[in-house]
Amino acid sequence: MLETRPDTLDSKVPNGTLEEKWTGYLNSMKLVAPTNKRKFKIIVVGTGLAGASAAATFGELGYQVEAFTYHDSARRAHSIAAQGGINAAKNYHSDGDSIYRLFYDTIKGGDYRSREANVYRLAEVSNEIIDQCTAQGVPFAREYGGLLDNRSFGGVQVSRTFYARGQTGQQLLLGSYSALSRQVKLGTVKLHTRAEMLEVVLKDGRAVGVVVRDLTTGEITTHSAHAVVLATGGYSNAYYLSTNAMACNGTAIWRAYRKGAQFANASFTQIHPTCIPASDEFQSKLTLMSESLRNDGRIWVPEKAEDNRPPNQIPESDRDYYLERRYPAFGNLVPRDVASRAAKRQIDQNKGVGPLHNGVYLDFQDAIQRLGRDVIEARYGNLFEMYERITDENPYDVPMRIYPAPHYTMGGLWVDYELMTTVPGLYAIGEANFSDHGANRLGASALMQGLADGYFVIPYTIGNYLADYLNTEPVSTDDPVFHEASAAVRDRLNRFLANNGTRTVDWFHRELGKILIEHCGMARNEAGLEKALSDIPALKEEFYADVKVLGENETLNQSLEKAGRVADFFELGELMCRDALNREESCGGHFREEHQTDDGEALRRDDEFAYVASWEWTGESSDPRLHKEQLEFENVAPTTRSYK
Amino acid sequence: MNLTLKVWRQDGPAAAGRFVMYDATDISPDMSFLEMLDAVNEQLISEGQLPIEFDHDCREGICGTCSLMIDGIPHGPQLSTATCQLHMRKFADGDTITIEPWRAAGFPIVRDLVVDRSAFDRIIEAGGFISVATGSAPDANLMPVPQAAAEAAMDAAACIGCGACVAACPNGAAQLFTAAKVSHLNLLPQGQPERLMRTVNMVDTMEEYFGSCTNIGECTTACPKDISLDFIALMNRDYVRGKVKQRRLTGQRA
Repeated sequence: MLETRPDTLDSKVPNGTLEEKWTGYLNSMKLVAPTNKRKFKIIVVGTGLAGASAAATFGELGYQVEAFTYHDSARRAHSIAAQGGINAAKNYHSDGDSIYRLFYDTIKGGDYRSREANVYRLAEVSNEIIDQCTAQGVPFAREYGGLLDNRSFGGVQVSRTFYARGQTGQQLLLGSYSALSRQVKLGTVKLHTRAEMLEVVLKDGRAVGVVVRDLTTGEITTHSAHAVVLATGGYSNAYYLSTNAMACNGTAIWRAYRKGAQFANASFTQIHPTCIPASDEFQSKLTLMSESLRNDGRIWVPEKAEDNRPPNQIPESDRDYYLERRYPAFGNLVPRDVASRAAKRQIDQNKGVGPLHNGVYLDFQDAIQRLGRDVIEARYGNLFEMYERITDENPYDVPMRIYPAPHYTMGGLWVDYELMTTVPGLYAIGEANFSDHGANRLGASALMQGLADGYFVIPYTIGNYLADYLNTEPVSTDDPVFHEASAAVRDRLNRFLANNGTRTVDWFHRELGKILIEHCGMARNEAGLEKALSDIPALKEEFYADVKVLGENETLNQSLEKAGRVADFFELGELMCRDALNREESCGGHFREEHQTDDGEALRRDDEFAYVASWEWTGESSDPRLHKEQLEFENVAPTTRSYK
Repeated sequence: MNLTLKVWRQDGPAAAGRFVMYDATDISPDMSFLEMLDAVNEQLISEGQLPIEFDHDCREGICGTCSLMIDGIPHGPQLSTATCQLHMRKFADGDTITIEPWRAAGFPIVRDLVVDRSAFDRIIEAGGFISVATGSAPDANLMPVPQAAAEAAMDAAACIGCGACVAACPNGAAQLFTAAKVSHLNLLPQGQPERLMRTVNMVDTMEEYFGSCTNIGECTTACPKDISLDFIALMNRDYVRGKVKQRRLTGQRA
């Protein structure tokens, strides 16, 4: 059965009104009968929120599942580090929330660069996620009456965020991991730990399997299936310093891109406003302080530049609460992109605080006086402790210092309404796809999207594809396509090991990060992006000539793992810059200095750029080809996003 | 700061291990412990020596991947703190620091400081879940959960599965980990239908891999998340109840 990739992007959005689309899809999609599901094999790569929930649900439905994680346990994926919460349109607090409002806030928060139908579906299934997770035993915060508590997050005017102290991501992941573990025991899911996917295998244009390296023995194995689902997260670590875990990488989606899956909106990256500023050049990562802190903390800098007095000695009259001043309606709870840019502006004006003048204050004095220390401790105690461990400063007494850091990537593999990439049989879910957050993600929406994709979308949509392959066997791993793919993986590993260079992988990664954060970070311009597009390939060339990777393949070798990941970050970073250069407008997290209003806000250009920029790989030596998916706004008229 | 490191090196699961001394020079007190090791590894690679392999990932104290025995204490000298959140300001210039992997029969060494903790996953697979298929859940507010129960469950659920409790235990027992996982679910109304079966299955699986608990309490002190010993008592009670119930089910008198 030969299928070719479509020349134009078909988003496969169903007909009907917004409210009818998902229901209509469910009513008309092809089904796989319960007794036939066991005849299909599905590979899931990654076991974070999206991957674990998808693998568990596939298993419950009766599919044969093979799941892969490079961690030592499925419970360690970076979803675990999400602190603040998960959104849902439950309206348990009768403050006027609804599915439509959650949809509207997400579209607006994303600065009108996401697909209406996908976002509406996300809002529709959000309530089921809370039901599911609660039934699994996720210990969400409760009120005294025993019902669920909510709090508010940036960019919205209702309380719709469910949370489990400052450990919501951990608790949700433990929920998915427990569901996955149940299926492992039942034998429906075969789970491979410390196993990293290094290649997607295609036959006749369809995804038919993966090549995997066992991280402890170096053994390269091939696995075939009827469909492959990538749930491998985002690529913020391209910047080197980010809030992502050390191992987070873009290799899986990049390998898929090189095999024909288009990559959308690569430049849409989120720089999160509340992270602990770097303390020195050896810093290996940046630590996020939950956005929820902005519910009670007030952000300020000294009114005058280079005011080096300790914060407690700066009187009110000499402080500039710049978010409250510029955005009175949302104040400290403006969306992340707005808050980050505002912080950068203060520091660019030499108003930065702390030893390296690289932060702004997040101050809890007013909240402590208003609510008492006990209340603040109950709400944020673990975050305050974490802050103190890292900085040796006590935020009950001294304001926190925060600064923006790369945190999340809205861009990712292009997917249609069914979450399938442009390669038939290859799906991308969670942060790995580009789908729901447009140019800026709202707080507490990543957990929602990961679980929506994994629990409530792909378990349905994948059947619509599989149904056509009933009673066909997966392609044999003896097929030449598998031999070729695994040989290519071996060659690549051997190339790193045989290289007699002088510099470490981390050195190159740091240098790449510096280029990307400077030219493709919170503010971008043509000259800078052009420079990055010449600097990155040069650095990549130097990397291949001069990188030093010791040891061998046949053992645990973390430098070798990193080498492959960083090699892919060079190419991905280049695409980020190319995408940023192409998008001559400012929207959400993508701020082109050439396109701003008189008072420095983002200036969108809907007439020319209301599209998803989807890039197709055309080979090592040629530029990628741009495909445009025009975004139609039938229900929400794009307006200038105002939080004033 | 300048430090001397005494580090356990072991080429593979079956190889013999040994301590190797390294100098860690020009270390900033603001570095985390793992950043200090990063700096040492950069130095080793540039000298053509194999870097020290160690497990780590989020570096925020939540994923539970990092796992070092520092001067004989799991996660080092700072209480309630995982290795990744330990900073060099807790050490003094000139110190010699001994760094070892978790040492427990249940955690075989993979290489250098990396161990295999997959026995924890086997315990979860045995019963660390509530059986609820996707889509079958009722409205989340249908079943109120007393706030105190939710909070106690959350106290248990805060376990990050790092294995420090096992490493700290002279018996290499995994009671604290298992009790945290059992209690998280057993304290909630949603967890009641499977409560006793869960406890028996998880405890029995735990005993296949780990030593026995003799109530020493090193585990709770080593725990970076302060999981309480009380949960072990809770688990033991449910285990006994579960065993008695099983006898009844097989027709024997309790």
